[in-house]
Amino acid sequence: MSLLNVNPTRMELTKLKRKLVTARRGHKLLKDKRDELMRIFLELVRENKKLRREVEAGIREANLHMSVARSVMSDKALNVALMLPSQSMSLEISEKNVMSVIIPQFTPKLKTADAHDIYSYGFASTSGDLDFAVLSLSGIIPAMLRLAEVEKSCQLMAAEIEKTRRRVNALEHVMIPQYEDTIKYITMKLDENERSSTTRLMKIKDMMIKEVIEAKRAGEYGGV
Amino acid sequence: MYKIAAIGDKDSVYGFASIGLSVFPEEDAAGASRVLRHLAENGYAVIYITEQLASQLGAELQHYREQTLPAVIPIPGIRGNNGMGMKNVSKTVEQAVGSDILPD
Repeated sequence: MSLLNVNPTRMELTKLKRKLVTARRGHKLLKDKRDELMRIFLELVRENKKLRREVEAGIREANLHMSVARSVMSDKALNVALMLPSQSMSLEISEKNVMSVIIPQFTPKLKTADAHDIYSYGFASTSGDLDFAVLSLSGIIPAMLRLAEVEKSCQLMAAEIEKTRRRVNALEHVMIPQYEDTIKYITMKLDENERSSTTRLMKIKDMMIKEVIEAKRAGEYGGV
Repeated sequence: MYKIAAIGDKDSVYGFASIGLSVFPEEDAAGASRVLRHLAENGYAVIYITEQLASQLGAELQHYREQTLPAVIPIPGIRGNNGMGMKNVSKTVEQAVGSDILPD
């Protein structure tokens, strides 16, 4: 039993009762928020794992081709082939609000109109494996962007869920029991005060009656 | 307009240049950390970084985890992956749920 340090007065009691109602309502709302966040989070995390497997497999394949291309081409030739890209990708970002967590949404924008404009080099002086490497990377890039979006969302939501869970627990196991106990304590204390004042009044009444009777008796005997 | 970057050893990231990402070849953690900070402050929304480098930048990645942007995403490099990306996902689940309830 844990009590708040308050005076056992009727005013404190009303104040605490009002606080208890607010705490209960807050607890219910936060619990709903936590449950909904958790539902969305689990969906996202499943997608995250799926995408990650996909992306890792795709990159592994691209890297296989890249290794072969590296082994047949000189460093210099590779630099020349790749260092002046004809394509350039940028992102437009919009924000989405999911249960008060702001998560980013990426929309890719390409510099050239043709999305297949990915070969920045002449085919004569480069290895065919380089083409395959570049092609498989360009195939995996939509999944990579989605992965970035989903993984970021998961991280942000995980932080929010952790926070909400703490709040729910604090309300459920600390604040609400504390309010309840204190309200009970004040009620009991007030009742006790009332009883004691009733007893005191009865006692005083008895004493007064006794006094009157004694006075009367003294009067009666005095007259004899 | 935001940009996309890839950080890692040369062989792992050069391929991304041809599809329009900005590439930053870095071999060691100190350089990668410097580049990462520079990119985060200069309009890069998504930063792919090889797992080899990412596993040496624990504290920095933790810092960017809590921000809306940029998204720093570990990817396998040319020397294969060390499972760090997947471990990160499990860590996220653990943070949210309390234990990793989604084994592979």
